[in-house]
Amino acid sequence: MTDITRDAEITTTEGQSGFPFIAATVLTIVVVCAAFGPWLAPHAADAISLRDAMTPPAWEEGGESGFLLGTDNLGRDILSRIIAGARVSVVIAAYAILLSGGIGAALGMIAGYFGGVPDSIISRLIDVQMSVPSLPLALLFASVLPPGEGMVILVIVMTYWTWYARIVRGEVLSLRERDFIALAKVAGVSTPIIFIRHLTPNILNTMLVLATLQFGSVIVFEAGLSFLGLGIQPPQVSWGGMLSDGRNFIEVAWWLITIPGIAIMASCLASNILGDWLRDTFDPVRRQL
Amino acid sequence: MALLDIEDATCHFDMPSRQVVKAVDGVSLSIDRGQTMALVGESGCGKSTLARLILRLEPLTGGAIRFDGEDVHHLQGHALKRFRAQVQAVFQDPYSSLNPRLRVGAIVGEPLKAHGVPRRELSARIDAALTMVGLPSQAAKLYPHEFSGGQRQRIAIARALILRPALIVLDEPISALDVSIRAQILNLLQDIQSELHLTYLVIAHDLALVEHMSDVVAVMYLGQIVEWGNSETLFSDPRHPYTQALLAAVPRPDPTFPRARGHVTGEIASALEMPSGCRFHPRCPDAIETCRSIAPLEHMVAPIHKAACHLVDSAS
Repeated sequence: MTDITRDAEITTTEGQSGFPFIAATVLTIVVVCAAFGPWLAPHAADAISLRDAMTPPAWEEGGESGFLLGTDNLGRDILSRIIAGARVSVVIAAYAILLSGGIGAALGMIAGYFGGVPDSIISRLIDVQMSVPSLPLALLFASVLPPGEGMVILVIVMTYWTWYARIVRGEVLSLRERDFIALAKVAGVSTPIIFIRHLTPNILNTMLVLATLQFGSVIVFEAGLSFLGLGIQPPQVSWGGMLSDGRNFIEVAWWLITIPGIAIMASCLASNILGDWLRDTFDPVRRQL
Repeated sequence: MALLDIEDATCHFDMPSRQVVKAVDGVSLSIDRGQTMALVGESGCGKSTLARLILRLEPLTGGAIRFDGEDVHHLQGHALKRFRAQVQAVFQDPYSSLNPRLRVGAIVGEPLKAHGVPRRELSARIDAALTMVGLPSQAAKLYPHEFSGGQRQRIAIARALILRPALIVLDEPISALDVSIRAQILNLLQDIQSELHLTYLVIAHDLALVEHMSDVVAVMYLGQIVEWGNSETLFSDPRHPYTQALLAAVPRPDPTFPRARGHVTGEIASALEMPSGCRFHPRCPDAIETCRSIAPLEHMVAPIHKAACHLVDSAS
């Protein structure tokens, strides 16, 4: 009797990969903030009010209900700045993922499918790119190009396209040996159609997992660049820049550094959890479980 | 004129170690329209490579393959497209031959789309093909993983016949299936053949399975044809020691059936290090001195029956 109940429990927990509500909610909030930030924020992100400087969050002693998450050393509302920073993070992540994913997947597919000379060229290019550390590359670009969103996206794309290219190449190497690819050729299907109909849908899972993982790491990477002053420049708001500003006051105002830190961590974690769930759901074989 | 004419076809692969794998080494065969030819041999003898050469999935390194008089490996543009509509294939593993991301309707209809059949005709023709292989037309809306191995092979057959090709290459079409459904699939293939006047090239490693299906049998060993002949004569009077051994290995459900002579031991030799002389001599129970040094030539041993063996006399 007890055994039967235990088995039933095991089946339900394993059988249904439950929708990750918390992760999805966190990401929805981040995306809504990015899209509608200026209408949601209680204050302007750059509104300076020295009288309200260093107000702690509302639940702390001395907090004010007008500044829910407190203010910084210039009296700017932290909540409004977090909302404005979400826009920067999401826009950069979206461009970086689309560009690096598109470029990486296209080159990876070509290398894996055709092999030979195209494969050698692309694989060597990947090796060269992976041997270049991303931070010195960012320093180089920062000294040559005007800093800002465009430069951050360029550095991220150059760093991350190799992820996609390498993994997609490997997937396509095994896919092209599958009989349905040979049969498509036998049926007279042209090479571009083989890429679109047979290769792309079969690497989409991998791409999705990589993209969600990358969403998290792009946010961390962008925050890192901005923290070092190489990325988003003031007066534009970014979570990394907020961390950097708050660092000077870490002993007197913990919220300046903790709140952007939580924003970075929560969105990174949420995108990873959601990505795992999406992968399980989109796989038609596992969907039946 | 033969529908498919293979003339001294070779396919050599260069290995990184500078060795050469002679997967197919001087094969000549021809198949007439409406015939079923069986190609049998052990794993690794090159029969699948030969199938891939016929389908133009591997490059020829020598010789020629002609389909309906045209050199398959020199076709370009429209002529190649015409060839692709005429020759289709069914492979061994029905799990690998259907794209898991496409619905069955898209899989079966893909050859039609590739050859520019108008969209409005697609669903009727997909229905007809599914009906022909004994599947309901609702199957078109499902994904491959919702079907069993035998049903998947039916889907693969529906796809192969939807363009009404002249030749279908069947590469071990039933060996991945459960024993209980093999007969069903074999019967289905025979019904379709007589209905559509198809020509089959069946590749198998098991002689018993092709015995009642083929008109002509070719036996392959290490990249070469060792015996070729009319199915009846070859099965009743095998001449080459290798064919005799293959037939002796077929289990008979009759204890009084006389045990055939000819025991073959050991493994098929590596295609990297071909034995000298006759390639079969290290395993041949009847090998004589000549076999070690001189490769035997294929010669007529009876009407519609050739063998490549020093011990078999030519027909006068």
